[in-house]
Formats: sequence, structure tokens, C-alpha cells
Amino acid sequence: MSSRDLILTRIRRALAGVPDVEIPRAYRGPSTASTAGGSPGSATGGVSGRPDDRARPSGETTVPPGARAEVSGEGTGASGETTRPSDEPTEPPGETAEPPGARIRLFEERVGDYRAVVHVVNEADTAGRVARSLAGRGARRVVVPAGFPSEWLTDADVEALADDPPLSAVDLDGVDGVVTTCAVAIAETGTIVLDTGPGQGRRALTLVPDYHLCVVRAAQIVAGVPDAVARLDPRRPLTWISGPSATSDIELNRVEGVHGPRTLEVLIVT
Amino acid sequence: MTVTFLGMPADRPFPRNAARAVRNSQLRFNLRKATRTIRARRASVVAEAPDWAELREAGRAIKEHTLRNLDRYLVQLEEAVTAAGGHVHWAADAAEANRIVAGLVKATGETEVVKVKSMATQEIGLNEALREQGITAYETDLAELIVQLGDDRPSHILVPAIHRNRAEIREIFSEHMSGWGRPAPGDLTDDPAALAEAARLHLRERFLKTKVAISGANFAIAETGTMVVLESEGNGRMCLTLPRTLISVVGIEKVLPTWRDLEVFLQLLPRSSTGERMNPYTSMWTGAVEGQEFHLVLLDNGRTRVLADEVGRQTLRCIRCSACLNVCPVYERTGGHAYGSVYPGPIGAILTPQLRGMGSELDRSLPYASSLCGACYEVCPVAIDIPSVLVELRARARHPWAERAGMAAAGWVFERSGRLARLQRAGGRLRGLVPRRLPGPLAGWTDTRDLPEVPKESFREWWDRTDGGRR
Amino acid sequence: MRVALFVTCVNDTLFPDTGRAVVRLLRRLGVEADFPRAQTCCGQMHFNTGYRDEAVRLARRGVAALRGYDAVVVPSGSCAAMIREQYPKLAGPSGPFADAVARLVPRTYELTEFLIDVLGVTDVGAYFPHRVTYHSTCHSLRGVHLGDRPLTLLRQVKGLELVPLPGAEECCGFGGTFALKNADVSAAMCADKARAVLDTGAEVLCAADNSCLMHIGGMLRRQKSGVRVMHLAEILCSTETAGAR
Repeated sequence: MSSRDLILTRIRRALAGVPDVEIPRAYRGPSTASTAGGSPGSATGGVSGRPDDRARPSGETTVPPGARAEVSGEGTGASGETTRPSDEPTEPPGETAEPPGARIRLFEERVGDYRAVVHVVNEADTAGRVARSLAGRGARRVVVPAGFPSEWLTDADVEALADDPPLSAVDLDGVDGVVTTCAVAIAETGTIVLDTGPGQGRRALTLVPDYHLCVVRAAQIVAGVPDAVARLDPRRPLTWISGPSATSDIELNRVEGVHGPRTLEVLIVT
Repeated sequence: MTVTFLGMPADRPFPRNAARAVRNSQLRFNLRKATRTIRARRASVVAEAPDWAELREAGRAIKEHTLRNLDRYLVQLEEAVTAAGGHVHWAADAAEANRIVAGLVKATGETEVVKVKSMATQEIGLNEALREQGITAYETDLAELIVQLGDDRPSHILVPAIHRNRAEIREIFSEHMSGWGRPAPGDLTDDPAALAEAARLHLRERFLKTKVAISGANFAIAETGTMVVLESEGNGRMCLTLPRTLISVVGIEKVLPTWRDLEVFLQLLPRSSTGERMNPYTSMWTGAVEGQEFHLVLLDNGRTRVLADEVGRQTLRCIRCSACLNVCPVYERTGGHAYGSVYPGPIGAILTPQLRGMGSELDRSLPYASSLCGACYEVCPVAIDIPSVLVELRARARHPWAERAGMAAAGWVFERSGRLARLQRAGGRLRGLVPRRLPGPLAGWTDTRDLPEVPKESFREWWDRTDGGRR
Repeated sequence: MRVALFVTCVNDTLFPDTGRAVVRLLRRLGVEADFPRAQTCCGQMHFNTGYRDEAVRLARRGVAALRGYDAVVVPSGSCAAMIREQYPKLAGPSGPFADAVARLVPRTYELTEFLIDVLGVTDVGAYFPHRVTYHSTCHSLRGVHLGDRPLTLLRQVKGLELVPLPGAEECCGFGGTFALKNADVSAAMCADKARAVLDTGAEVLCAADNSCLMHIGGMLRRQKSGVRVMHLAEILCSTETAGAR
């Protein structure tokens, strides 16, 4: 008998006659604003979130991964661009369920709690803010992933490095920093999530350089973890980032800055 | 039945290990400081979540449902990982898992691997097994690095070097980093930031050049085949992202049914574990991504035996957050080494004897390594009733004869109230004769504590004499 | 209302003052408690040490002895928790024993629960002019979930100065046979608890459980600290005219 069969047999023997368990989900789930307006989640179809999806095999998820990345990269948060399963009720799009200002402020505060640098800017000032951040950091050679909005770099006096052909790890170790967008951001936990979509690049780009500047559109900020999970597509490599790299391994005291970028700067574009 | 290996020799019983630990004042100080720090942090971020009780209940139920359908979800996971270009291997025990991993590493032609902190690979003693095959495994988590450089043993699930303070860590780095790679800076101080910087420099080059990485996983999603690793330092991202080959060794109980279930566990785990709203980095990948080769090794190593146990089964809900260690008054005094397993603390006291059986004196003593204060159950994010499992395991343990005799005698006395009354009367008469120090196992009390004075008259005698105080 | 006092074997044998205080306190509040003579021990020591058969025998005896009362008052959080939390597990899902346990469990009250929840009293008319600190004890806190009931009662005691005990919710290291089987760890826990008590400057350490008090008190006495330990019932029983004992 193979170990696979052996283990499965042991499990079945162990579970004979054991009753199943109901899963109560009385906790705060995805808010309607983010499931409706934040349509990217529905792009993941069967994995997006209803209990009855449990039985549905993953193969039935129909929308190609690329469909949602466009949305997240451009940060529109509009629902019309992706296919939604027909059984899902149609709700008005948008982040209208709560005052967007409160959510942005919470996100700003929570990111700041991790000792990341945070700025809130309007669209018109974004290029200037990006330029000032990079200059303040003294960043000259900066990785710019494909799909990063070029209008945000117009003011920056930097050498923009494309990842094409792919930069080696050693190359990345030698750059001054990286600028990216994100796929979704979570107010309650101060988290940004990258899914390697446009403007984000492959995972190594935001890992090896010591400085990461991430531009988040306000419409990408969701309330809590369930909203983010509902929006994301697990078939893409995902990196959830909450502040700069840190460790608590020395006397359980938090120290920022170990192997990942030691400086994380977040621009929130309203 | 083969003995399940848990990464550490099981030698002396817990009380003897503990007795040595409580006399180590440096250890006591380090542990007290660290556990109190993290306890306060956890308490504040848990209090902040208005739906913590509901999340905990959902976490408990999702895990319980998963265990109930484990065969189905493992097969589904295997299909999803395979469909996404990954390779799935099954290991019935530690030896098989080590064999599989060593074979995969050898197939790459490499002799060095970088490792993300993983309880499963500690449990199976992977580093030692690889060393025998001529493969060097480099631990990259800061605390694991401290343990590895110091030729030490882990003493905590989350922070394996919790027993070391900053001065000790400085010494280990200065003395031993050079033997493993880039030496520590000559002017290294014990400032935690400087120590973290030393680790960054020591490992940087290693990350950039090593071609094979080994990890565990916090969660594996059956529905999508997605693996999830939570970490803080970025060493996990380095290992998961840069090498060409990634091998993840994952206990079979780590599977979760659906993608959506993460919305519960990504809230429960960071708050319970490091006491943060969210840990700095979480990596999720599905199958082979970005040109990587991916292998998943599913590990049993005694878990199916635990699954078969009606009371003990709940132990497999554990998500290795270590909240129970941090809050445990026993762990706080003894540290992790006393438990003689890579799984210390309250969860270790129930997990180790179930995985390893209760054949050794140590494993029989572990269920008694608790005052049953219940703090562990209270903080457990998946509501494992650790005290109840401890008591259940105690009921199955072989008891020493003197204790059996004492318990039988006590049981006989309590069987009839008349017997108790006679004993009380005799006690009242002989009360002056009770020695200040008791012999044998009872000396454990009188070494540090006075005995209560035996009263002249028991309550029951008073009640009879005075008709309940009415005359 | 027919009220039984389940005094517990530890109080019966070693701390009769506590039992007397409960009887007098309840009488002052208009409740004549009965003392069912057949009672002995709830079986907790056997149960927690892994002697389930003996525990079941004692549980059966206890349930039989306490049958027929409207309320059973227990001046011990630990023993009350044993009855409420563990007896149903020992009794199993059905049968006469399970039925008897199911009747007993909702009628079983730890003393402070009986005073506040059943009698609706928070000021029991006590007078105790001393500096007192309160240790919550694990099973009072996490077993029967007394919450702040004991503190509510203590705050109403005239003359009493209540000082908080830092880390009150942490275990003192008694744990029944734990204190013998893991004597070194138990003593280390107790030493920390004793130090916390001494740091408060209290004259009296009070709790709702004498077994924990016996443990901490044993160390405080060994250290010749001068701090007394007293069961909550004895403080609540004290008045201006009558001392606790």
C-alpha cells in the first residue's frame, strides 16, 4: 500500500461514525460595499465566499486571473469590468456603505502603527509626492514594474529600471528601491496586498530592495480581512504586507527591519 | 507500534527537568519578561476585535469540520496542487518525510538549502537527516538562527530562542556566525536592532544564491491548492520566492476547506500569535509559480492516531499560535526545554504524549505538567479544551503505586461520611503531632510551605454539637 | 426554598470556620441552610489526578446526598466548578445518574453567586476594618466565571480597604496534586504570588477558595510575613459585634 493510501485509510478508520460539524459565521463578514463594489472578488467565482461554495471544485472558477488585475492595477474598483456569477445579487457599485474618509483615516493610522511612512494625497499631487518621497530617500535607481502608471513618475528624477529582461536577485540587491501599486488594501489591519498584477511585478521586486514605495488608491481600501479575501484571486501569488519587515525574536520586542524592505512608504491617493 | 519521533530525545520526566529550570534565574527572568510582553500585546489586539468570540467559534468549527472530512479535503488539495503544476508526496512518518525531502534536494544537485521556520520539519528532525545525506540546511528565521548557531534546542513554538536574552544572543552571534557564513561585525552590540542587522547581513548572500528552499505552511487550501505562510522578517519571502525549487513539509491537519476560510484564520492567528493586527508578511502561492518547481510533502507522523481519539482529536485543531505557552504559568517558570519535545507548553503537554504515546517516563509526566488553571483554554483561538484533554490523558496514564494506594485510601474514606468523621476526630486528637516537614512525595509541599493547622473540631462535629449553630 | 450547604471536604476537615461563617451569614440574611450529613468530597482530586472510577463513585455519592434541594451553596469555586463542569461529563448523556446530575447542576451555586444572583444582596451588612486584597483563584474565575461578584461584595463591607492584587488572575500553583507532583514549579508560582500579595501591603489575603488560600497562606506563614489568609465568607460574616471566628 502506498503511503497515500495508508494515510487515507487511517483517516477513514479514525473517523468512522464521527458526526459532521456546522460552521457558524456570525463574525463580521465582507461588507456589502466591498463585495458589490469591489467586484474583483467575484472574479474568483467559486472561491469568493459563500458557504455553499464549499462543495464546488476549484476547477469551476471561470474567470481568468488577469481579469481582476486590471481592475486592481488601475484601482477603479468598478464592478462592470469583470464577470460575476449570475446567481449573485446585483448591488449598486461603490464604496458607499460607510464614509470613505473614515476608512482612509483608519488605514492611514493602522499603517502608521507599523512604523511605515504614510501620506494621503489627491490625484493631481501624486506625481509630486512620489518624486519627493524618492528624493527624500535619496533613491536614484528605482525598479518600476510594468503597468505602473507613468503619470505618477513624471516629476521623479530617477533611473527607472524595468524588470525586462528579468533583473537578477543580485541586481535587485543593488537598486535603491521599488515603486508599486497594490491589489487591495485593508483598513483595519493596515495591510496592502500585492498580487503581481500590473504595476506590481513579480514577488522578488518588492522583497530584495531595501525601500518599497506603494501607491494605494482610496477605492482599493476595504474595511477588513474578509473583504480582502473576497476580492483576491488565490491563483495569483499573493503577498500581504503590513509594515516594514520586523522581528519579535529578541525578548519578544518588535524591531523593524530585517530581511524584507526596511522602509515601507505608502501613498494613499484620494 | 513504532515510536513517533518528535525532534528531541525523551529522557527525564518533566518535574525533574522543571526543577532544574526553575533554579536558573537568568532563564526565569528572560521568560517572565518575554511572556508578559506578548501576553499584554495579545490581550490588547484581541480586545479590539468586536467579534473575537464569533471568529473563535468559526475557527473551532472550520477545523473540526475539516478533521471530520480530512480524507476528502486532502485528496482535493492534492488535485488542486497538481493541477497548478505542483507535486504532492505523502509521508506516513518522519523517516519517510526525511527520505522524500533528501531525495528531492539531491535531484536538484544542490547540497545547501535555506529553511523557513517550520514546526513540522523540526518535528521530523529534518536538518539532522539532511546532514547525514551531506546536505546543509540553513535556518533563516532569526530565532531559529540563534538556536542553530548556539547548537541549542528550540524552547517555544513561535520564538524558539525565547529563553535567550539579548546579551546571550550577541555572544552566540559573535562566536558562531563565522562558522556558518559571514561573521558578525566586530563591534556588535546587544541592541536588538544591531542584532537584527547582523542577521540580515549574515543571511543576505545566502538568500541570493541558494537554489533550494524548504518551508512548512500555516494553511493549505483544499479548494484552490493554495499554500499560506505567515511570517515577520521577510526570510520566509526570501525562501519562498528566490530559490528555483521549493519543498513544503506540511502536517495533514493544516488543510482548510475553502479560500474563504482564510478570512477567519488570518484574523485569529496574528492576534493570538505575535499579538499584532496582522503579521508583517503573508505569502500565498498556488502550485508552481513564477517558474519555480514546487513540492508538497503531506505528513502524518502520528496525526491519524490522534485523529482516532474522541477526546484528543481536538488537539489537531491547533494552529501553532503559541498563545497557550505565553499565558501558561508553568511554561513561564520552566521554559520549553523541560517538555522534551519541539512542542512545549500546554499544547505540547497534550500533543506530545498523543503523538509519541505514553511509553516513556517523560511522556507520562507531561499531562501532569499543568495546574489546570484553564488560562490556555481561555486564550486558544480554536478553543482547544486543553485542561480536559490533560485530565483525559491523566486517566490513561499508568500511576505510581504509592499514589494509587493514597488515592484508594482517600477514596475509601470519602466513600462513607462516617469514615470521614472518624478520621476527622482522630485528626483533631492528634493535631499536635503533625510534623512540620512531611516525608516522601509530601515533602514537596512542606519544603516551602507550612501545613494548615488541624482544627480541634471539624465542621461536621461543630454542626452536630451545636445543631448548626442554633444552640 | 430548601437550601443545602455543600461545605466541601477541605473546609469540613481543615477550615471549619469557613463553613460556620457561611451558615451564620446565610442565617443573618434569612436563609436556614441544611447540612446533608452524607456529603463528603466532590471527587475533584481523584478526577483531576486521573482516577476517574473513584471520581465517578464520589460524584454519585455527592449527587445522592444533595438530592431534593432547591439550591446547593458551595463556598469553593473549584468544587462548584467540579459539579457544574465535570459531573455532566462523568454522568454521560443519559441514565438515572445523568438525570440527577442534570437536576443538580442548575441548582448549584458558588457562595457569591447565591448571595448576588439568588438572594439579590450585595451589602451583607459586614464590618471588617482591615486592608484586604483579593485573589480570584483559577476555578472561580475560569471554572464558574464569578466575574467581579466577590469584589462587588467586598466593596460593600464597612471599614474594609480593598487593594488590588496585581496579576490576581494568575494561578498560585496549587492545582491539587500538582503541588506535590511538580513541587518545584508549584513553589515557584506560589513564591511569585506571595510576593505580589506582600507588595500590596494588605493585612489579609482573601479568596473564594480555601485550597488556594491554604497554599499561598502556607508560604506566607513559612516566610513569617504576618499576612493572614481568610475565606471571603469569613469576612462577609464579620460584623461590628461579632468577629469572624
